[in-house]
Amino acid sequence: MKTGLLIIGSLLLIIVVVVQIGKITELAAKIRGEEEVQIETNNRMARFMMVFLIAFMALVFWSAIKYKNYMLGYGPHEAASQHGPELDSMFNWTLFFTGVVFILTHIALFYFAYKYKGRKGVQAAFLPHDNKLEIIWTAVPAVVMCFLVIRGLVAWNDVMGDVGADDEYIEVEATGAQFLWYLRYPGPDGILGERNYKLITGSNPLGQDWTDEANLDDFQPNDLVLPVGKKVRVRITARDVLHSFFLPHFRVKMDAVPGMPTYFVFTPTKTTEEYRQELSKYPEYQVPSDPNDPESEPLWKTFNYELACAELCGKGHFSMRKVVRIVTEEEYKAWLSEQQSYYMSSIRGKDEDPNKGKILPGETPPSEETAPAENETSTEEATTSEE
Amino acid sequence: MAHATTAVQDQETKLIEELGYDDHFHEHEHGDKFKSNFITKYIFSQDHKMIARQFLITGIIWAIIGAAMSVIFRLQLGFPDESLAWLQPLLGKWIEVDAATGVGKLSQEFYYALVTMHGTIIVFFVLTAGLSGTFSNLLIPFQIGARDMASPFLNMLSYWFFFLAGVVMFFSLFLSTGPFSGGWVAYPPLSVLPQASDGSGAGMTLWLISLTLFVVSVALGGINYITTVLNLRTKGMSMWRMPLTVWAFFITAIIALLSFPVLVSGFLLLMFDRGLGTSFYLNEIFIGGQALDHVGGSPILYQHLFWFLGHPEVYIIILPAMGLVSEVLSTHCRKPIFGYKAMVYSILAIAFLSFIVWAHHMFMAGVNPFISNFFVIFTLIIAVPSAVKVFNWISTMYKANIRYNAASLFAIGFVSMFISGGLTGIFLGNSAIDIQMHDTYFVVAHFHIVMGVAAFFGMFAGIYHWYPKMYGRFMNETLGRIHFWGTLIGAYAIFWPMHYLGMAGVPRRYYRFDSFEYLRPFDDLNQFITIAAIITFFLQILFVVNFFYSIWKGKKMTTKNPWGSTTIEWTTPIEPVHGNWPGKLPTVQRWPYDYSKNGRDFIPQIEPLGPNESEVH
Ligand code: HEM
Ligand SMILES: [Cu+2]
Ligand SMILES: [Cu+2]
Repeated sequence: MKTGLLIIGSLLLIIVVVVQIGKITELAAKIRGEEEVQIETNNRMARFMMVFLIAFMALVFWSAIKYKNYMLGYGPHEAASQHGPELDSMFNWTLFFTGVVFILTHIALFYFAYKYKGRKGVQAAFLPHDNKLEIIWTAVPAVVMCFLVIRGLVAWNDVMGDVGADDEYIEVEATGAQFLWYLRYPGPDGILGERNYKLITGSNPLGQDWTDEANLDDFQPNDLVLPVGKKVRVRITARDVLHSFFLPHFRVKMDAVPGMPTYFVFTPTKTTEEYRQELSKYPEYQVPSDPNDPESEPLWKTFNYELACAELCGKGHFSMRKVVRIVTEEEYKAWLSEQQSYYMSSIRGKDEDPNKGKILPGETPPSEETAPAENETSTEEATTSEE
Repeated sequence: MAHATTAVQDQETKLIEELGYDDHFHEHEHGDKFKSNFITKYIFSQDHKMIARQFLITGIIWAIIGAAMSVIFRLQLGFPDESLAWLQPLLGKWIEVDAATGVGKLSQEFYYALVTMHGTIIVFFVLTAGLSGTFSNLLIPFQIGARDMASPFLNMLSYWFFFLAGVVMFFSLFLSTGPFSGGWVAYPPLSVLPQASDGSGAGMTLWLISLTLFVVSVALGGINYITTVLNLRTKGMSMWRMPLTVWAFFITAIIALLSFPVLVSGFLLLMFDRGLGTSFYLNEIFIGGQALDHVGGSPILYQHLFWFLGHPEVYIIILPAMGLVSEVLSTHCRKPIFGYKAMVYSILAIAFLSFIVWAHHMFMAGVNPFISNFFVIFTLIIAVPSAVKVFNWISTMYKANIRYNAASLFAIGFVSMFISGGLTGIFLGNSAIDIQMHDTYFVVAHFHIVMGVAAFFGMFAGIYHWYPKMYGRFMNETLGRIHFWGTLIGAYAIFWPMHYLGMAGVPRRYYRFDSFEYLRPFDDLNQFITIAAIITFFLQILFVVNFFYSIWKGKKMTTKNPWGSTTIEWTTPIEPVHGNWPGKLPTVQRWPYDYSKNGRDFIPQIEPLGPNESEVH
């Protein structure tokens, strides 16, 4: 209540002051003659224009330098994917061309604003058009655009191309749902099993069809773990509304659309560890990771690649985070071998398991419970043979 | 620089008398003897001058509401851990106050509702209706020498449909489930399913009704503008003698008439999906613990329909601003607009191209990447006519004799904003770069500068310039100039840093940034932006106070043509009359940009060519 009155009071005060300023200046103009005042205004505004130009350009450069370490391709934030550097380089070429245009046009604009302020007894030039000039400044942007378009399209078709028939690649699946990502790996058989959204339940969040054998070894890890230097094909789906699979460090983005899988193919080029090492060279990453605890590890050590959502999907849109870990081939293999299929860990033997009571190939009959050691070896055998 | 002496005025009156065209307007019942009472004069008015002012004031009110919303959500972004409990009297349950600590948080749902309403209101109600509605109405009849619009009645309906759209939208703010919160683009399935978001229930229903009413308003207005320009030009006003304002409004109306109905068709399918169980946009959805029956639709279809309007819409917003700026700049530079024909051709080129670039909003939406090739090419071609316009504005200032006032300052500011924002479009139009930039703050920076701020600047230039024509008084100049410098600096302070956020990959439409490690280094930048936004918002009080105060107390207009303009709206009497000109209609003898020609400061359009004079353009 009190704050309300205070706000209204100060608003009224401001209004009164504003009106008074207005009145006084108008009076002054009347006394001193409108033309006189206009010339004076012209001079003052012209000077402001020049000051603005200089200050604006200075601040543009200063701020660009200040923040360059967070930006594409400068400082530590180099793309961590094979296609990334090409996109960053295109960004920077575009930045160069547009930067030149930005600076030149602004200098012209504000310099003219300064130079050609209204003066007494001067008349403007009558210059309605100049065909030659106009052809030049139509043609030059057109040529620059051609350069950018050609380069852009070559890169685009290269990046967006699907995997070739005899490419070696890893296929993983990311499914957006309100408000988290589900990750699914195909397991040893290398095939992502069939899904049917009608089968989705609390215990089967992706609606995997358990009668499809390819599903039985699929696993759903917490982090997106990928080996460095290997082509990855991400199959992107959504369960409820649109989401967008965004890996900022890898220059990867693709919408997740319910009922229509989309794909993005990319190759990570830097392990998380390598990226951390690069960051460690920069002072802004040598600070404690927890600002309240000076003893905590330096920021670069806790760095992780992240997966975000980039399409508004509801009130929790801002929180759809997953950690991405890029590891060496050996680490990846080791990690893979630790993963247990979702079917085995959460479905097997439950009511919804269509194979309940049946013995799966490679599985030891449950009656032979007496030999747990044997059981373990045989499962392991099964996995290796499938590989 | 005292252009408009009484001698000039007398001569202009004489010219109209001598050369004017007698349409016997004032001899008819609906002419002079038109009887108006309070209601037909101020409320259900059919006079284009009154309707223009109705559009403008309604637009200003919506602008205040829309901008205030942005201040609230900027507070959330800049200071996510500060208590917003003090906003509870205004926002009620949308501020969730922790009983133990007394800390009030903006609810997540309502944050998104504010963002959505802000976008919808500013794009449609302020920068479409408030800008093109105001100035098309005011200037088309005035500048082409018409008594009024072709259909004053439809024109009145156009305003009242807009008003109704506003009422419905306003009402939706008070729903218990909140207004629509799925973004101004309203992508399904989020916008279809109440299970997905509270705002997609009744809030979305009202949003759809409101915008459908709005499209009716646009269509009625558009038909009128087009018809008026084509049929009611006074004698001698050939198309190539129309001021660039009229060209811009004319083309804008055509674009609007061709694109808005497509939006409605998209909305219609959306309504069917919401209410009738169809599946145009829905496919294999599991939500709220339930698998829906809808199969076979595609949410991408909606995106095509939406952006088929959406992209032309951004030009519906900016073309009128460009027209206003061209006119204001030329008048106050005392120089012809440079390359008049090139300006017209680039408006035409932009208008045509704006229909074949829509999918540049959908590069990462899951459309066939091959299709994107075409959209990249067309999109980047648009940069060419845009560049031509910029070069022409700058050349207009070369060797000028610029009279500085609020109007000309805002016109110059517009050019700066259009350059800064247009150039970032060249990054985004290149699909390969857009992979990273799409849906980040880089896009937010791009469109706010090129469309939001630039269009507002064009509108301000227009208001300060034609205010005397609307109210017979001037707005205060000093306040106007302070308003300009504050807004120019403020707008860059708000939106320039967003480029850096976008380059760092900060996604747009995030309620807070601390869920991700990579978004954390930008706290101070976000605070800076918020503070700049608050200051810039309060600076607009200068404008609002100036505007309303001047209606009654502003300096009175004492001559008909205070700016020394060539165009014919300044030959109408200071005290507006029904039918615009008290006697004959003026006839037009030359193009509208004869400034500083043959040693004369300006030559009005109604003055015949001299014996040895040729009409250049
Ligand atoms: C040089 C000319 C321009 C080019 C090449 C261009 C290109 C683009 C592209 C490719 C996008 C999509 C970015 C994304 O979502 O990832 C975009 C967004 C946008 N542009 Fe432009 N643009 C240009 C000029 C303009 C103008 C003149 C306006 C308005 C007056 C405008 C308004 C917008 C708006 C409103 C959006 C964002 C809509 C949204 O996602 O909410 N652009 N622009
Ligand atoms: Cu999301
Ligand atoms: Cu567009």
